Amino acid sequence: MTVASAPLRILIGKVGLDGHDRGVKLIARALRDAGVEVIYTGLHQTPEQVVNAAIQEDVDAIGLSILSGAHNTLFRRVLELLKEQDAEDIALFGGGIIPDEDVATLTADGVKALFKPGAPIQEIVTFVKGLKPHG
Amino acid sequence: MQERKPRFTSLSGFDTNRVYTHNDLKDWSPDEELGAPGQFPYTRGVYPTMYRGRLWTMRQFAGFGSAEDTNRRFKYLLQHGQNGLSVAFDMPTLMGVDADAPLAHGEIGHCGVSISSLDDMERLFDGIPFEQVTTSMTINGPAAVIFAMYLAVAEKRGIRPERLDGTLQNDILKEYIAQKEWLYPPEPSLRLIADTIAYCSEHVPKWHPISVSGYHIREAGSTAVQELAFTLYDGLTYVEAAVKAGLSVDRFAPQLSFFFNAHNDLFEEIAKFRAARRLWAREMTRRYRPVDPRSVQLRCHAQTAGCTLTAQQPMNNVVRTTIQALAAVLGGAQSLHTNSMDETLALPTEDAVKLALRTQQIIAQESEVTNSVDPLGGSYYVETLTNRLEEAALDYFHRLDDMGGMVRAIEQGFPQREILNSSQRYLRESERKERIIVGVNEYVEPVERPIPILKIGLEVEHEQVARLSDLRKCRDSFKMAGAVEALQEAASCGENVMPYLIDAVKAKATLGEICMALKEVFGTYREPVVL
Amino acid sequence: MSPVGSHPFLCDIHDMMILAEQVRTGNIRAVSRLISLLENHPGGREALRLLNSTSRETRIIGVTGYPGAGKSTVVNRLVSCYRRKGLKVGVLAVDISSSITGGALLGDRIRMQEHALDHGVYIRSMATRGHHGGLAQATGDAAFVLEAAGYEVILIETIGVGQNEGDIDDVARIVVAVVAPGLGDEVQAMKAGLLEVAHIVVVNKGDLPDADNTLRDLREWCPNVLRTVATTGEGIPELAAAITAYQQPHAVGPVGEARNC
Repeated sequence: MTVASAPLRILIGKVGLDGHDRGVKLIARALRDAGVEVIYTGLHQTPEQVVNAAIQEDVDAIGLSILSGAHNTLFRRVLELLKEQDAEDIALFGGGIIPDEDVATLTADGVKALFKPGAPIQEIVTFVKGLKPHG
Repeated sequence: MQERKPRFTSLSGFDTNRVYTHNDLKDWSPDEELGAPGQFPYTRGVYPTMYRGRLWTMRQFAGFGSAEDTNRRFKYLLQHGQNGLSVAFDMPTLMGVDADAPLAHGEIGHCGVSISSLDDMERLFDGIPFEQVTTSMTINGPAAVIFAMYLAVAEKRGIRPERLDGTLQNDILKEYIAQKEWLYPPEPSLRLIADTIAYCSEHVPKWHPISVSGYHIREAGSTAVQELAFTLYDGLTYVEAAVKAGLSVDRFAPQLSFFFNAHNDLFEEIAKFRAARRLWAREMTRRYRPVDPRSVQLRCHAQTAGCTLTAQQPMNNVVRTTIQALAAVLGGAQSLHTNSMDETLALPTEDAVKLALRTQQIIAQESEVTNSVDPLGGSYYVETLTNRLEEAALDYFHRLDDMGGMVRAIEQGFPQREILNSSQRYLRESERKERIIVGVNEYVEPVERPIPILKIGLEVEHEQVARLSDLRKCRDSFKMAGAVEALQEAASCGENVMPYLIDAVKAKATLGEICMALKEVFGTYREPVVL
Repeated sequence: MSPVGSHPFLCDIHDMMILAEQVRTGNIRAVSRLISLLENHPGGREALRLLNSTSRETRIIGVTGYPGAGKSTVVNRLVSCYRRKGLKVGVLAVDISSSITGGALLGDRIRMQEHALDHGVYIRSMATRGHHGGLAQATGDAAFVLEAAGYEVILIETIGVGQNEGDIDDVARIVVAVVAPGLGDEVQAMKAGLLEVAHIVVVNKGDLPDADNTLRDLREWCPNVLRTVATTGEGIPELAAAITAYQQPHAVGPVGEARNC
């Protein structure tokens, strides 16, 4: 197998305390069906756990779902930790109940994309498939 | 004539005929399947007069920011004609975590009100007459602790517990199945629930110690059938736990309540409410043979389906909510929450929540649908749907029985997997445009006008953290530790924990401290992996 | 410090030497990149030679068994057990890739995330990418990398479908098969396949009513059968002791004779 055909590796998880995992599991399944290697870390993850896992798993991107309103704090913390660990080549994207103005500031801070409830899964898959392998 | 599509199906996937006739109800006996309103098997409703006697309770789920913020919203809603309260707690509270814990950072007051101590609870209900307003509290893992706080507030105000009326959600099984807000493993959780049921039957007889909830199962992507089946089976599991704890079924069953989703498929949803009443009455009678007819009557709250709301063209959500609310009313619900149009973007603004309440008032006062009880009873279509839903739910009952009950089924990931698969099926159908979602996969507008939304600032968190730190400094730590120790002792030797919880909250032990102390006794839960 | 030569197209010998050096010092990013390189690029194996691993006393333990038996939970508990002894632990968790899309949904970490903040634990999920035999093509190489990076215990969790699990036998020095009670026919089917490679059999979920029957049944086939309740940790110290005993060259008693049980 050559590099060109190596599948993308994406970490998918839920940070924070909310347990609504319907969307994140459907996205994990859809990405798998699109040929991605998805590492699912489960519920109630801290930003520290997510970033350490992402580095060990050598993923190309991290996708996080937050529906509890804690997105500003948690996405920023993940970005910070990626920077601390010199791992900013790992892209961060996410989804959840996130107002437009928060989407704007978070993407300005470095989150690659944020998807709102009702975003077509295909749009998310297309976004992920468009990511370049990191490194 | 050519039809629009080769196959018409209900939202749950049942094939739907062009027309239904008496042939679809051949062996159907109205006496057996319907009965009169207020009579077994209660298909037509639990009361003889239904909404002619009393309208449903309009109960908007509300909570955000600090106790004071939510208290103001409660008063606003009561002032605009709402007649019951329903408390939404924030994530840390729902998970039994104090506002100053590291895990709570960024979550305070965001999807509900932050409650960490008895002081918070007092401020939440400041000026609200417990004797006149019924209160519903949506909390599960730490339900017994929050209930203890409510009882302690009442005691402080000199209100006797037998006068208190309200509902505690307290349904942990659907947390393992769908919403994933659990604290302890199933066995000790069921025991805590049996404790609250026993305590209520003795001391707070008007209180509903549990609201068996299908709402979250449906929101997690289940079909109407799965919602119906898993919820009622959860209910039977709680009854079994209370009976095993030594209570007679007639002592507590009349106080059980249910909570269903009101989703998009109008007729299927109406049938779901009707099938739920009939199936509950039949199964309770068959399994427990209660004497009191109220023990087999299913009373329920309903909420319109949050998962059907779209961030795109949010005004459309008002229309969706209206149709869903109508389903709950035609289905005979006892109380109702209507979602606000902005809830896929944030917590609702005052204007949005008022419009949602007005939606209920318009249905109640202008549409005249409340004039006759169960107006769709006898409809070939609705009766056929009611039969099908009941049969399909019974099939699930048999499978769950064979697995050794709901706890075993959850440990094997059975209901979780069934729901996830349904959810994926629905997603596939909408992506292929077999299901149209207006504004999402059809009639899409490229540029959308934003609507105003409610923002929760970080200052809520700062204030709450500061208050908690003051509380820890000022309380009598010795007394607090003693109360928590006594609680742990009661928890490990199987005594009813409710009196000890009340003592602990009165000694100013915080929600997080109490939940942690119980975790030391009960352990924590790890969910089976279902992907 | 970011590992030099972390580029996936890396093949420059100088870059590889630096990467190998970083692996030897235990740099996590370098370990991760080298494993990716081994997964993605045939030329990656060149770096293995450079690792120049001195033979340490690394224990490589395979864990196999049917899905749902609790492999990941057992592995998670073993990790805690070895960490309490102060040993650095690596975990390679293998799951199957879709033969149609090439994608994979790797969920073994869920059970082990409590160790995500422990710098003495490295966990890597690997997809089979079409390779048969119960492991990914690069799993053995990845174990070699972890060994070079100073991990003293390496736990390898196979895909665990009970057939074609032969690879684990080549890579691990000891293989533990995890079964759950009440699998009935599956246990029967397994005796031919899974148990063939196992040195120790664990009946997990040992608190379920059927556990005694399953234990009795399996003991007719295999001398090393243990009971665990991985969710509570019950039986895990005994399992760790059995693994250690098996690896002692002069072990006495039934442990050590369990080959091909």
